[in-house]
Amino acid sequence: MARGKYDIRRYPGFLPMTVLCLTLLYAPLIVVTIYSFNDSSSITNWEGMSTRWYVDVFVGVESDKFKSAAWNSFTIAMIAATVSTTIATLAATGMIRAGRFRLRTLSFGLISLPLMVPEIVTAVATLIFFNSIGFVRGYTTILLAHIAFCIPFAYMPIAARMQGIEDSYEQAALDLYASKFQAFTRILLPLMAPGIISGFLLAFIISLDDFIITNFVKGAGVETLPTAIFGSVKQGIKPNIMAISTMLLAISIVMVTISYLVSKSDNTK
Amino acid sequence: MAAGAASGGSARSDTYKAARVWLLLPSWLVLICLVLVPIAIMLVYSFLTKEFRGGVIWEFSLAAYDQFFCSRGLFGDEPCTIEWTYISIFWRSIWQAGAATLLSLVIGFPTAYFIATRPERVRPIWVFLITIPYWVNLLIRTVSMKFVLRDQGPLNDFLLATGIVDDPLRIVNTNFAVQLGLFYSYLPFMVLPIYASVERYNFSLSEAAADLYASKWATLRRVLLPAVKPGVIAGCILVFVPSLGSFLAPDLLGGAKNFMIGSLIEEQFKGNAGNWPFGAAASMILLTMVLIILLIFARQQARAQKGAG
Repeated sequence: MARGKYDIRRYPGFLPMTVLCLTLLYAPLIVVTIYSFNDSSSITNWEGMSTRWYVDVFVGVESDKFKSAAWNSFTIAMIAATVSTTIATLAATGMIRAGRFRLRTLSFGLISLPLMVPEIVTAVATLIFFNSIGFVRGYTTILLAHIAFCIPFAYMPIAARMQGIEDSYEQAALDLYASKFQAFTRILLPLMAPGIISGFLLAFIISLDDFIITNFVKGAGVETLPTAIFGSVKQGIKPNIMAISTMLLAISIVMVTISYLVSKSDNTK
Repeated sequence: MAAGAASGGSARSDTYKAARVWLLLPSWLVLICLVLVPIAIMLVYSFLTKEFRGGVIWEFSLAAYDQFFCSRGLFGDEPCTIEWTYISIFWRSIWQAGAATLLSLVIGFPTAYFIATRPERVRPIWVFLITIPYWVNLLIRTVSMKFVLRDQGPLNDFLLATGIVDDPLRIVNTNFAVQLGLFYSYLPFMVLPIYASVERYNFSLSEAAADLYASKWATLRRVLLPAVKPGVIAGCILVFVPSLGSFLAPDLLGGAKNFMIGSLIEEQFKGNAGNWPFGAAASMILLTMVLIILLIFARQQARAQKGAG
């Protein structure tokens, strides 16, 4: 295979392109992380290492705003991810473990709908919907909207996992006089755990991440972290924003890494 | 496998057939009530009369679409001539999304190819490296981009210090900044499908071409590219479609002169100045465009599959 210079698989310039690609992806994140430790009130000059902006996030002038936004973001993401993961798990079972049926393709289309409709269109539609039924915008409307668009993200890893599990385990349980409910809760669900966990984590991140839809349906007074950050950034990037960004960045990376490691683990062997 | 994935995967068993409706009901309910019905109501709203403080009056009207397509002079009483203001915003969005797609393709294709030709063991790690930034908050990524590209930002500091330029480059508030932002937002969508199709590509075809004295680049253009075309097209669609309706990158990196569809729509729902029916109409036009693109793509993929199988 390796024929050095004559390797037909190798093209000159592709490695530098890959390096360029990774640099473009990571450089901005690394730069912001470094500058978040800058001991200066201006974002332009470097004045030495400090964690003062991290302290500022927790006790500074804007800390109350960020704390309540963080609380909203976290609780919404937690509830939305839990509910959407539950719904997605049931849906995946109905799609993959319940035979063929006529509405199957349509059901799948429905589940992937939030992925196909542009986010801004979903945002407008959701806002108009809540307005037309006279629902006051606030925490609940954000939560409901998040549950809906998190479903496909939770569904994908769960369905992929369920595809990969032979139904012989459940059949064996049924042969041993387990009820269908027992086969589901005692056999299928434990086998599905890695898929369900990674579905949950992805839904959690997607909810935590959302700006556009939240911005439309949040109403006055209720902020999540992204909308609070956006409001702040509109008046210019400040050092405390970089500290918050770095913390969120760390949370996302940790969660994705867990999701990746979990989905790779195989408990069917 | 792709055919199975397109319809939600194959049914592996019918163990829970009796409970099927109850298993699927929650997802149907949530998605019909919170996605499908809202889109239908949005369609209705686009045909209503606007109320001046935001919201609508329940009276049928074509005013929103008329405002979008028709110019009727200063007093609104002249016959319809084509109104270019909004069409040009849509056109600029298409252009920007197209440029971002091209940028992603030029950088994403070599990257995807490079990853797909690594030893099998390390490929998932490379793929993981490409996808991590996607999971970082989009707003934070866009703000980071702006921070770096700023006139007094680290990029310009570096370029000035090394003497590559004498005056800071003005990148923020240009079309290019928006394209970079969109590239940054959706790059993994380009790399992953191309990677998947290069990974499946049978390299003995390239060897055969090389044995017949085809140059490397001829092999790339005439043998490899046609074989991985479905992946390339999928990648382009997956970058183009979300770019078209994006809001954050044009808003934060583009400034007022580089207005795109997303900002146009957002403006209609902000505060008291908005025009809800018009925003709904613009959303419907965007949604229609996207659905047409996806439909053409789906038919084309289906045809490619038929050809392959």
